Amino acid sequence: MKSSLKNMVVVLFTITLISSAGVGYVNMITVEPIAAAKAKATEAALQAVLPAFDKTETTDLTIDELPVAVHTASKDGKVVGYAVESMTRKGFNGLIRLMVGFDAGGRVLNVNVLEQSETPGLGTKMTEEGNPLFASFKGKDPGEMKLSVKKDGGDVDALTAATISSRAYVDAMSRAYAAYKQTVGDAWDGASGATATSGATKTAAAGTSDDSEDTAAAGQMGDDARKGGDHE
Amino acid sequence: MEQISYFAIVVGAILVNNVVLAQFLGICPFLGVSSKVETSLGMGAAVTFVMALTAVVAWSIQIFILDPLQIQYMQTIVFILVIAALVQMVEIILKKLSPSLYQALGIFLPLITTNCAVLGVAILMIQKEYSLLQSVVYSVSTALGFALALVLFAGIRERLEMEDVPVAFRGTPIALITAGILAMAFMGFSGLV
Amino acid sequence: MPGKEATMNKLKLILKGIIRENPTFVLVLGMCPTLGTTTSAANGFGMGVATMSVLILSNIVISLIKNLIPDKVRIPAFIVVIASFVTVVQMLMQAFVPALYATLGVFIPLIVVNCIILGRAEAFASKNNAFDSALDGLGIGLGFTLSLTVIGTIRELLGSGSVFGHSFGIGDYMPLVFILAPGGFLVLGYLMVLFNKLAKK
Repeated sequence: MKSSLKNMVVVLFTITLISSAGVGYVNMITVEPIAAAKAKATEAALQAVLPAFDKTETTDLTIDELPVAVHTASKDGKVVGYAVESMTRKGFNGLIRLMVGFDAGGRVLNVNVLEQSETPGLGTKMTEEGNPLFASFKGKDPGEMKLSVKKDGGDVDALTAATISSRAYVDAMSRAYAAYKQTVGDAWDGASGATATSGATKTAAAGTSDDSEDTAAAGQMGDDARKGGDHE
Repeated sequence: MEQISYFAIVVGAILVNNVVLAQFLGICPFLGVSSKVETSLGMGAAVTFVMALTAVVAWSIQIFILDPLQIQYMQTIVFILVIAALVQMVEIILKKLSPSLYQALGIFLPLITTNCAVLGVAILMIQKEYSLLQSVVYSVSTALGFALALVLFAGIRERLEMEDVPVAFRGTPIALITAGILAMAFMGFSGLV
Repeated sequence: MPGKEATMNKLKLILKGIIRENPTFVLVLGMCPTLGTTTSAANGFGMGVATMSVLILSNIVISLIKNLIPDKVRIPAFIVVIASFVTVVQMLMQAFVPALYATLGVFIPLIVVNCIILGRAEAFASKNNAFDSALDGLGIGLGFTLSLTVIGTIRELLGSGSVFGHSFGIGDYMPLVFILAPGGFLVLGYLMVLFNKLAKK
């Protein structure tokens, strides 16, 4: 077909209009399935990291400038654990999101990697069962650990040849623990400044409400988190 | 603080996560254009220029139009049109303002629209939630990484021309194998940031 | 009803995309997704199918509207059509195969700039009727899917000792490099050599 300014504009405009309408329509019909797929993934992750529960309550927090969601799970009205959706941007290829399950006492039950784009075969090992990263945390209270990889003088076994991914994992774990602490502090003493957003204030908040052992742990945690930050 | 230092972005994009050798973006021009060092430099320069512009425009469109209107799903369509339009515009402006530069870069410009590195970087910088400045730094460093890979590769291929390569290996296969070895060399940079 | 010969011709139209005009090994198009998504057989297969869907749909639509488009805006018009289908496929994948969508990541929107699709639109769909264009898309798409699956299988086997996720329990002894970037280049390079050798005979 011969081109004239008029038919060029008309044709391009019409095609764009029809295409956008089509895409908009498909968006409308897929919005729900996409949301459902996401909800299902979250639900599955919650099931995977928590003991049996019948109710969850979600709190959105901001720890070190990143959004963290804490799902407080309860059964028959009693809190059985906390699942923290934590994230870090320090991964080898950007974002890593974890779902970390804590029991009511703060010990790590399970970790589910929700999202990562690490190097296949190296950093992606963090998604596998029984990987050294998770093994270092399993059943332990992160507050009683030095939260950095062994290479940086911490207590966490890194993945082979994936130090950056491992540090990022630890970063997300410490953020999850900070969120857990903040939530627990909140639950014990509503007036202790639970809306604090920075790691430093969080430590103080935990200090006013926790017993001395926990305060020390939280303080150490904060230090290590900062130290980890320097290494990046 | 969750500050991503600019240094980390630059080194990461040029060396550690090299766009061609680690992320597999922009392979077509990498294999197609890189037979001479000189043309590689031209292509690299053209891509850097377009990528920097794309970063600014695509970022603004995402933040000021797509996000407020909640039509993020139009991202792919809008970005590719923006890139195509930008490339056209750059071509026209260059022709008018600097014919000599146009002569040098002109033939590469139409190729850039279908260079997936440009669209890829635009999408990735939004995904990584970079700020405007971070996006520009990221785009330019990625483009520099692209140029670096292209020039290095062209240098190797110029030498390769003089070698007696087995028939079945000639052309693309030997280029791919060379690229594989180059990619291995670049793996040495992992862990740098 | 088309005669026997006509049916044969249609069949040839599909088959040529698989061997004689194989987009990966012969036409050497669409290298980015070919290398970027073939870290496992399943990923390669998924990417192939996604690309094939876009290719068939865009081929049909472009051949239907080819006479309405002024020459000068042909390419932009094609790109809009392709980008729309890519977005549709992207949303459908997000809704129904979210795990695969997450692994393929940025390569799904990048189907837009896959030279295979624009190339077929230019070389075939803009000159032929909708039915033949659909068959062409199917053929080339199958060829692409097949190549990606083969590359993915080889890389997964060599790199992590499994095929389509079925582990043979030898993962720890396999050279990891094959699922990393260099392995992609090397496997594709050597496969092309093999393809050239076989094609010569």
